[in-house]
Amino acid sequence: MATRQGASLDRKKLMADPIMVSTIVVLIAFLTLFILYPLAILLVDSFVSDSGLTLDVFKRIFKIPTFKTAITNTLKVGFLVGIISTAVGLLFAYVEVYVRSNKFMGGLFKVVSMLPVVSPPFVLSLSMIMLFGKAGIITRHLLGIYDNSVYGFWGIAIVQSMTFFPVCYMMFRGLLKNIDPSLEEAARDMGASRSKVFTSVTLPLLLPGIGNAFLVTFIESIADFANPMIIGGSYDTLATTIYLQITGAYDKPGAAAMAVVLLCITLLMFAVQKYYLEAKSTATLTGKASRQRMLIEDKSVRLPLTILCGAIALFVIIMYICVPIGALFPTWGYTFFPLTTKWFQLIFTRYKGFKAFKDSFMLSVIAAPITALLSMIISYLVVKRKFKGKGFIEAVSMLAMAVPGTVLGVGYIRGFSGGVFHTGFLQGLYGTGAILVIVFIVRSLPTGTRSGIAALRQIDKSIEESAYDMGANSMKVFTTVTLPLIKDSFLSGLVTAFVRSITAISAIILLVTPQFLLITVQINEFAEKGSYGLACAFATLLIAVTYTAVALMNLFIKHFGTSRKIKEEY
Amino acid sequence: MKKEKKGIRLDHISKIYKDPKTGKDFYAVKDTSLEIEPGSFVTLLGPSGCGKTTTLRMIAGFESPDEGEIFLGNEAINELTPNKRDTAMVFQSYALLPHYNIFDNVAYGLKLRKVPKEEIKERVTRILELVELSGMEARMTNQLSGGQQQRVALARALVIEPSVLLFDEPLSNLDAKLRVSMRTEIRRIQQEVGITAVYVTHDQSEAMAISDKIIIMNKGVVAQMGTPHEIYYHPNSEFVADFIGEANFLKGKMISHDDKVAQIEVDGLPITVAYEKNMKEGNDYTVVLRPEAASLSEKGGVPCTVELSRFMGSYQNYHVRVGNTLVKLEEHNPKNKRIFEVGEKCTLVFEPTSVHVL
Ligand SMILES: Nc1ncnc2c1ncn2[C@@H]1O[C@H](COP(=O)(O)OP(=O)(O)OP(=O)(O)O)[C@@H](O)[C@H]1O
Ligand SMILES: [Mg+2]
Repeated sequence: MATRQGASLDRKKLMADPIMVSTIVVLIAFLTLFILYPLAILLVDSFVSDSGLTLDVFKRIFKIPTFKTAITNTLKVGFLVGIISTAVGLLFAYVEVYVRSNKFMGGLFKVVSMLPVVSPPFVLSLSMIMLFGKAGIITRHLLGIYDNSVYGFWGIAIVQSMTFFPVCYMMFRGLLKNIDPSLEEAARDMGASRSKVFTSVTLPLLLPGIGNAFLVTFIESIADFANPMIIGGSYDTLATTIYLQITGAYDKPGAAAMAVVLLCITLLMFAVQKYYLEAKSTATLTGKASRQRMLIEDKSVRLPLTILCGAIALFVIIMYICVPIGALFPTWGYTFFPLTTKWFQLIFTRYKGFKAFKDSFMLSVIAAPITALLSMIISYLVVKRKFKGKGFIEAVSMLAMAVPGTVLGVGYIRGFSGGVFHTGFLQGLYGTGAILVIVFIVRSLPTGTRSGIAALRQIDKSIEESAYDMGANSMKVFTTVTLPLIKDSFLSGLVTAFVRSITAISAIILLVTPQFLLITVQINEFAEKGSYGLACAFATLLIAVTYTAVALMNLFIKHFGTSRKIKEEY
Repeated sequence: MKKEKKGIRLDHISKIYKDPKTGKDFYAVKDTSLEIEPGSFVTLLGPSGCGKTTTLRMIAGFESPDEGEIFLGNEAINELTPNKRDTAMVFQSYALLPHYNIFDNVAYGLKLRKVPKEEIKERVTRILELVELSGMEARMTNQLSGGQQQRVALARALVIEPSVLLFDEPLSNLDAKLRVSMRTEIRRIQQEVGITAVYVTHDQSEAMAISDKIIIMNKGVVAQMGTPHEIYYHPNSEFVADFIGEANFLKGKMISHDDKVAQIEVDGLPITVAYEKNMKEGNDYTVVLRPEAASLSEKGGVPCTVELSRFMGSYQNYHVRVGNTLVKLEEHNPKNKRIFEVGEKCTLVFEPTSVHVL
C-alpha cells in the first residue's frame, strides 16, 4: 500500500483546531499527573530503594502478621458481601420486573434505588451500632442482650451488603427488562414450572450479569474504607490497615507497598469484570423486550417474595432514618427521652460545625462543576472524535474506577508531599484545598464519564457532524449542540459529583490538613471516639445537604429538562 | 446566487479502512479520479458498501483521503476541516438540531458566520419560502413530518450558499410517493439556485430522474461515469449493465461482419448486432439485451422456446431460452399482441442497434 496520508491529514485538521488540541493536551496532562503518576510513584516507592530494584519492602510488609490477616479479612468480607448483595439485588430486580406489585411496594423500591446516590458511606455503620451494638436499642433494650458485638466481620459484611445491594439491583433491573418474555413463555408453554423456568432460562441468561454484579460489589467492598473503620473494631481490612500504617506507624513506604497489593487485587477484578464479563453480559441481552411481560399474579409466589423484599427495604430505610433520630437522643444508648437538639447545638457551638459544613460544601461545590464538565468533555472526545491519545484518555479515566480511595490517597502523599518525583515541583499543591478538590474530581470522574458516554452514544453522530459541516468549530459544536442535548446527564453528573465529593472520605482523610474541617472526617473522628451523638448529628447534616441537592436536581430536570422533549423523538 | 460556481475534482483518491473482523486493511475507495462540473447535478450510485458515503464524506471533510487530493474549484482542500470547507451536507437522518426550532436550525450556519441579524432573518425567510415551509419558523423539529424535516435540512444547507451541496441518501427515510415528489423538488431547487450537487443514492430511478451525470461505483472504484442515457444504453461493463435496469447477457464469438452489422454466434445461433470498428472476428463478445428491446414473433430472428409467460398488466413477462441462455423479456402494451404460451417455439426479434455489445 502506498504512503498513507490519511492519518497525517487527520492530524493537520486537528491542529487547525487549537482549542481542541489544547483541551486534549490539558486533559492528558491532568490524567497523567493526577491518576497515573500517583499510582506509578507507589510502584517506584515500593520497588526502588537506594540500592536499586528490590523486594525488601514487600518482604517486610508480608512479615507483619496484621497485614496478612488484613488480606484474608478483606477477601473474606468482599466475597461474602459480593454474594449477599448480588443475591438480594437479584431478588429485588426479579420482584420488580416479574411480580405484580402495588403502589406502596413501588415506592419502597424507588427509595431503595435512590439510596446509593444520597447516602454517605458510614451512615449504616452508625445505625447498626445504634440498633444492635452493646447498648443497641434492639439488642439491649428490646431483647435484653447485654454483650452483643456488632464490631468485626459480620458487622462489616452486613453493613456493606446493605450499602451495595441497590447497585446490583439497578444492574439486574436493566438486564431483566431486556430479556424477551417469549423466551420464558415458550418454556412455560412446554410445561416447565415457574421455578424451573427461572433456573433453566432466566438464570443462565443472567449468568454473566451475575458475575459482573458480584465483581463490582467485590471491588466496592474491598475498596471501602469508612464502614470497616467505624464498625470493624479490631477486624482490620486492607484499606484500614494502610490508613493505620500511615497515621499510626508512620511507615509510608510500607503503606505504599500495601497500597500496591490492594491495587493489584482491585485491578485484577476490574480487568476480569471490564473485558470479560461486561461485554458478555450485555452482548447476550441486547434489544428491547418485544412485548409486555405477563406479571406473576400467583399468590403463593407473590406474597412471600413481596414480603421478603418489603421487609428488607423497610429495614434498610429504617436504618437510614435511625441516624437523624439518633442525633436527638440525650445519651446515646442509655437515655432516649426527652429528645434533645443539644448535639446539633454542640456541633455548631463547640465543634465548629459551621466551618465543617462550609469547608466540605465549598470544596465540593468547586469540584462538582469541574468534574461534570471534564467528564462530559472526555465523553464527547471518546464517543464523537477520533485522535491519537483517545484510547489513553478513555483507559485512564476508566482505570480510576478501579483505584480504591485509600490507594489514591497514599499515592498523593508519596507523589506530592515532596513535589513531583520528590523534586519540589508543584510542592505548593500539597496540603492545600486545591489538592482536595483534585482528589474529589478524580474520584468522581469515572462515574460521570461513564454516564456521559452512555448519554452521548444515544445521540446520532450526524447531528454534531451537521453543525461542524455548517461551519462550527469543535468548541462551538460542544457548547451549542452536544452540551444542550445532554443537559440532563450533565446536571445529574453535576449533582452526583457533588454528592460523591461531600460524602468522600477514603482518600481525603489521608490528605486533609487541619486547615480544613470536613464533615466526613468529623463523623469518622467522633465515631472513633464513641461520641455517636455528635457523629449522628454531623451525619444528619450531611444527609440533609445531599438530599437537598438531589431533590433540587430532580425538580430542575422536571421543569427545565429540555432533553425530555427531545427524547420523545429520538 | 451571485457567487461563482465551483466544481469538484478528485485526483486519485483512496481511502483505506481496517476491517474490524480480520484486522486487515482494505480499500473502501480506490484510486478514484472524477471531475464534477460547476453547477451540475451528479449522482453516486452503487450497491451497498461500494464506498459512496465514504467518497461523499471525504469531500465534506469528515474523512481524510489516504491517497490523492481533492479540489474544490482550483483549491486543494485536503487539509481543511469540514467547518472550513465551502460545502454543505444534507444527511440521511436529516440531523436537525433537536433543541432548536426551525428558524434557529436554518439560521445556525449564518449565525456562525456572524451575518447581521436583519440579514439572517431575511435570508432564512427567503429560503424557507423556496422550500415551501413559510410560517413554520417557530415549530420544533419533532413537530414536522418527515418530508418537511427533509426540506429544513435542505434549507439549512442552502442558506449558507455553499459552493457544493452534498446529499447522502436524503430521501431513504421517506415513503415511496413522497420520495418521488421530493426528488423533483430537490432538482428544481438545485436548478433554481444553480449550485453544484453531489447526490448519493442506491435507488436507480431516483438517480436517473434527477442527475446530469451518474457515477456508478463498485467495490470502491468508479465503474462508469456518464449521462443517464449513456449509462443505460452504453454500459461499459456487465456490472453496470446489470446494475442499471434489467439486462440479459448473451455470450458468444463474432463470426462475420460487413460495414453495418456483425454476426455473433451464441450457442450455435447467429445474432445480428450493429458493427463497430474496433470489433474483430474470432473475439469473444457479450451482447447486452434489455428486456424491453426485443419482442417475440413466429418467424425471423433468433429461434427460442418459451419457458414462462405471465401477464403483468402493462406488459407481458416472458422467459425464453435462447440456446442455453435464459432471456427475460417485457412485451409492453400486450393487449393487441399475440401471446405466446409456455412450451411454444418462436423467435426473438430485435433491431441490431437496440442491443449493446461489450
Ligand atoms: N469507519 C469505518 N471503519 C471501517 N470500515 C468502514 C468505515 N466506514 C465505512 N467502512 C467500510 O467501507 C466500505 C464503504 O462504506 P460506505 O459507507 O462508503 O458504503 P456506501 O456505498 O455508502 O454503502 P450504503 O449504500 O450501504 O450506504 C464498506 O465496506 C464499509 O463497511
Ligand atoms: Mg452510505
